Amino acid sequence: MSLLSVRDLTVKFAMRDNTVTALNQISFDLGKGERLGIVGESGAGKSITGFSLMNLISKPGFIDNGKILFEGQDIVQMSDADLRTIRGNRMAMIFQDPMVTLNPVLTIGQQMVETLQAHRDLTRQDAEKIAVMKLREVYIPSPEDRLNQYPHELSGGMRQRIIIAIALLLDPQLIIADEPTTALDVTIQADIMELLLELCQSNNVGLILITHDLGVVSQMTERTLVMYAGRIIEAGRTREIINDPQHPYTQGLINALPQQTLPGHRLKQIPGNMPSLANVPPGCPFSPRCDYAVDLCRTTLPKIVSYGQVEVACHEVERLHADDAAQEQSA
Amino acid sequence: MLAYLVKRVFQAIAVMFAISLVSFAIQDNLGDPLRELVGQSVSEEVRQELRDELGLNDSFVVQYLRFAGNALQGDLGTSYFFKEPALDVILKKLPATLELVLGATVIIIGLSVPLGVYTAIKPNTILSRLIMGVSIVGISVPVFLTAILMIFLFSVELRMFPSYGRGDVVHLFGYWSTNFLTWDGWLHILLPSVALASIMLPLFVRLIRAEMMETLQSEYVKYARAKGIRPRRIYFVHALKNTLLPVITVGGVQIGTMVAYTILTETVFQWPGMGFMFLEAVNRVDTPLIVAYLIVVGFIFVVTNTIVDLIYGLVNPTVNLARMGA
Repeated sequence: MSLLSVRDLTVKFAMRDNTVTALNQISFDLGKGERLGIVGESGAGKSITGFSLMNLISKPGFIDNGKILFEGQDIVQMSDADLRTIRGNRMAMIFQDPMVTLNPVLTIGQQMVETLQAHRDLTRQDAEKIAVMKLREVYIPSPEDRLNQYPHELSGGMRQRIIIAIALLLDPQLIIADEPTTALDVTIQADIMELLLELCQSNNVGLILITHDLGVVSQMTERTLVMYAGRIIEAGRTREIINDPQHPYTQGLINALPQQTLPGHRLKQIPGNMPSLANVPPGCPFSPRCDYAVDLCRTTLPKIVSYGQVEVACHEVERLHADDAAQEQSA
Repeated sequence: MLAYLVKRVFQAIAVMFAISLVSFAIQDNLGDPLRELVGQSVSEEVRQELRDELGLNDSFVVQYLRFAGNALQGDLGTSYFFKEPALDVILKKLPATLELVLGATVIIIGLSVPLGVYTAIKPNTILSRLIMGVSIVGISVPVFLTAILMIFLFSVELRMFPSYGRGDVVHLFGYWSTNFLTWDGWLHILLPSVALASIMLPLFVRLIRAEMMETLQSEYVKYARAKGIRPRRIYFVHALKNTLLPVITVGGVQIGTMVAYTILTETVFQWPGMGFMFLEAVNRVDTPLIVAYLIVVGFIFVVTNTIVDLIYGLVNPTVNLARMGA
């Protein structure tokens, strides 16, 4: 049995006079200790996917349909009290911006102890011992002194380490990291990612890494989902997606990387912008920006189809595979 | 911390200087005190002599310096009407006013936090809408009207509370008189306190509600949910503590303003405090008493604001009092 199994997850936002679909029939699985990357542009639905896994979508958003089976239990149907026993305990989350994630008026110690006490029957002294131990694991110098400090006394990188330590406090099965390094200095980004990878591997913790950085995904994860306009358009082993992207959008993302461009040349960006979720074009949502788009793409939504190791939602890829199959038959 | 304190004290002295200058300047514009002091039958020569004696013919600077020099020694002039030092007259009335402000403050703090938090957490319930509706009425209706309506309802129609005065007071330590040690005192202070609170309370409910709603949208509240913290702790520890920071700042200013509002409340309820005394002093053109009142109220204002700033520094960990002195 997989650790996490998401089926047809659909998330909508109730606007003044209509509803907007932010996530459209997302399905994927995650094994125990497996690391999965979710990539895509801003607004593709990556963060919403992360928050729905904890059933933490803030209003006016709501989970419209689908199942999120975590260790066999459906998160979507769970009561608030049951959800509380999972959040921060079996499943932990690392937020995007460490400067605003920690409560400014509570000490680091208070914020760590309250998390432990919310899930375990511990005295403050025992909870503080565990907190110090976890701070040491994330290489925080003189962890005992940190407990009495307030967040504003610490740097951004230090705070994100503390947030990682809080995520590890209760030895969760799964950590969801929502762009954990976007708000940090470039020099610290690599350190934080390395630390996260090391801790996930040594504790056999599953990781869902939400990012727009394909380089990070290739170093950190075993499998990758590529999202576009609230849908998964390509999914598979990270190495194959990076080396042999199938979907034109994924190809565009990889070609846009600075490493793919010779010095002195313009970066190869994908023309146009992602459609607003309130106004998704009919057919394939990527078709207005796609070099390969034909009439079929503008009218009919491509289904996500499995080709061996990868799943892709694209008419062109489907046609190429059909051609290959036909050639093989005639040969 | 000490450096900050010293800095604040110097600021307070500067503010007090400005207040004293303005208050003292008023006295030239309040008409001729001689007209009130002596009858019509007194001749112009005697009036001139009296003016010389009182120092009213000296230049403004000389008069002010004399006044300021005396004020520093605790002498704010002598009331024309009471023929007593103005400060003594005010200090006798001070306990009544401060107890009234205290009563109103307790009502405001005791009710605004629970009501503000409730309306922020459950903004769509009927009770929340009712509280917000009533609060608009409370802000809009002037204090003297609220006070008169309350007297009409609770004193005249229902005969539940007395309509004027302090009732039985107990004298403590020789100079303080309190309402809070007799049942009669409690009955007398209730209506005036509620009337005085009637404007500030809705203001605070709305302020706390707005701040709390904003805090509940913050990342750290969402993060606390993601950690599995109980809602009660999220509301009252994570959110409320952050909510109260701006409320404390506004609250400090409002306590001072409330001392000023007592003029209206005390007049309607015939409350024998400073505000009532001030209005009488204005009617009698008792200039030394008016000036002394303005200075005492200014002093209370400055002291409460300084204290509130210090409290803010203690509550908000990001304010470093030690460093702010530098």
